[in-house]
Amino acid sequence: MTEAVLRTERLTKHFGGLAAVNDVSLDFFTDQIHALIGPNGAGKTTLANLLSGDLAPTSGGIYLDGEDIAGLSAERISQRGVGRSYQKTNIFLPFTAFENCRLAAQSRLPSSMRFTRPAPRYEEVSREALRALAEVGLDHRAEVPAATLSHGEQRQLEIAMTLATRPRILLLDEPLAGMGSEESARMVELLQRLKRAHAMLLVEHDMDAVFALADRLTVMVNGCVLESGSPDAIRASAAVQEAYLGTEEAAA
Amino acid sequence: MRNVCVATIVLLGCLLALALLPLFAEKYYIQLFTKMMLMAIFAMSLDLLVGYTGLVSLGHAAFFGLAGYALAFAAPQYEAASLWLSLPLAMAGSALLALVIGVLVLRTSGIYFIMVTLAFAQMVFFVFHDTKIAGGADGIYVYAKPVAAIAGWEPFSLENYTHFYFVVLVLLVLVYASLRMLLASLFGRVIVGIRVNEQRMRSLGYRTFRYKLVCFVIAGALAGMAGYFAAAQFGFVSPDTLGWHQSGGVLMMVILGGMGTLNGAILGAFAMMLLELGFQGLPAVGGVNIGKHWQLFMGGFIVFAVLLLPHGLLGLGRLASRLRPKSAEAGDD
Repeated sequence: MTEAVLRTERLTKHFGGLAAVNDVSLDFFTDQIHALIGPNGAGKTTLANLLSGDLAPTSGGIYLDGEDIAGLSAERISQRGVGRSYQKTNIFLPFTAFENCRLAAQSRLPSSMRFTRPAPRYEEVSREALRALAEVGLDHRAEVPAATLSHGEQRQLEIAMTLATRPRILLLDEPLAGMGSEESARMVELLQRLKRAHAMLLVEHDMDAVFALADRLTVMVNGCVLESGSPDAIRASAAVQEAYLGTEEAAA
Repeated sequence: MRNVCVATIVLLGCLLALALLPLFAEKYYIQLFTKMMLMAIFAMSLDLLVGYTGLVSLGHAAFFGLAGYALAFAAPQYEAASLWLSLPLAMAGSALLALVIGVLVLRTSGIYFIMVTLAFAQMVFFVFHDTKIAGGADGIYVYAKPVAAIAGWEPFSLENYTHFYFVVLVLLVLVYASLRMLLASLFGRVIVGIRVNEQRMRSLGYRTFRYKLVCFVIAGALAGMAGYFAAAQFGFVSPDTLGWHQSGGVLMMVILGGMGTLNGAILGAFAMMLLELGFQGLPAVGGVNIGKHWQLFMGGFIVFAVLLLPHGLLGLGRLASRLRPKSAEAGDD
């Protein structure tokens, strides 16, 4: 197998006395969806925050193409090709869907310290924004203010913005949360398509989607990796059954 | 679309009125309007920070006042300074101060940002207030207005109050047009994005600190332009020009007019200064000089405006256009 695009080595994050992420070593390959599951509070979002630079790790390493990026700022990590979408919708509500994506695409210009030429005249940026909107199926809603989009559409916009930055690695934090079944199906299909050109971390609670999409699965509990392997292996794992899948079934 | 048209016509009408004012107004009013236009430039520079970038600065007068002092230094005793030399110098001084203060304060945000901008501006205030470098608390006179001569030829004279008026009017239009251009540019989109959601801007890969710093420096330089001409007009600079009172006053203008719109900043500056005059001119009633207590009325009016007009005085226009039957949706500006 080729070398991992993104790799963590004994990654740890403490919040005071709490080890939210503890000694986690994972790797991510292009053309592969690496799904991260686990109960609430297991540290999945914290791990995504560490990878995207929204949080700095307490110890351990994050290697992007073999280079340590642990502790770099979010903006630098983004510029190196890591795209992040958020669990809690994180968009520019007063702007139109198009402007949200246009701003995302604009970030890939060498510099935005440009003071004279009107922004709409950068046509390649606008094209990129429309492409991203079309990819998630939101192009017909381009001129609608993001605040008035439905919840599911806002989730799609969140992904479109991430795509507009042309990332090589996608960190998707619950992209399906709160989506209707039709929107979900569409998103699953999109992720399947994106997988070909991207390495992907998928944090998701929707188990049907996870098992349909994931090439590899990692189960986290209390900040630690409980089990990591192929979906079949995870399904068969007694430890996982007990710690996670079992309790969920019992609750249902 | 129709609202955009109406706004443009109103804007051009105001410009025409300002351009014609010296034809029929007395000296007092010409000088008053000169001062109001300078405050409008000052208010627009602050609005760039407060209304567009989301940086509520309570120390913006530091850049305004410093440029005034720069002029005082450039025109020692009775010698007039060259406009073409001292103006860029004064603006560069303000820009440099904004750069230094900006590097330090832009690491904070929200209420902390308000407090540290205030603290730094007060430091600058006390440098001029408590030392003898420029007359201390007494201030310093600028006896001669800057000279606009280029190799013996003088296109206009700032000693002439009508010339002064038109110079400031041209500057007002230039600053307005430049800021309009700036806000439509890539840079403008970035700073507005920072106001709406800075964390997301960073995760999209923008180094927001740099953009905020550049914005802070531009705003400081423009405040310096206003402060330079205010000092030249008044012929006197005192520490009060860079005090927190001045910073608060211009912030009030921006809020009163409507944050995040250049038109609002101009309107706020004009409205506030006219109101001040209006309240000061109130007649005495039964031996009580009401005009003396104008600040009481001013405060009351601002409370009223903030409560009833969340979008400032410009919001009145928007309200009016909404009440009109068949009117299109309110424009963005």
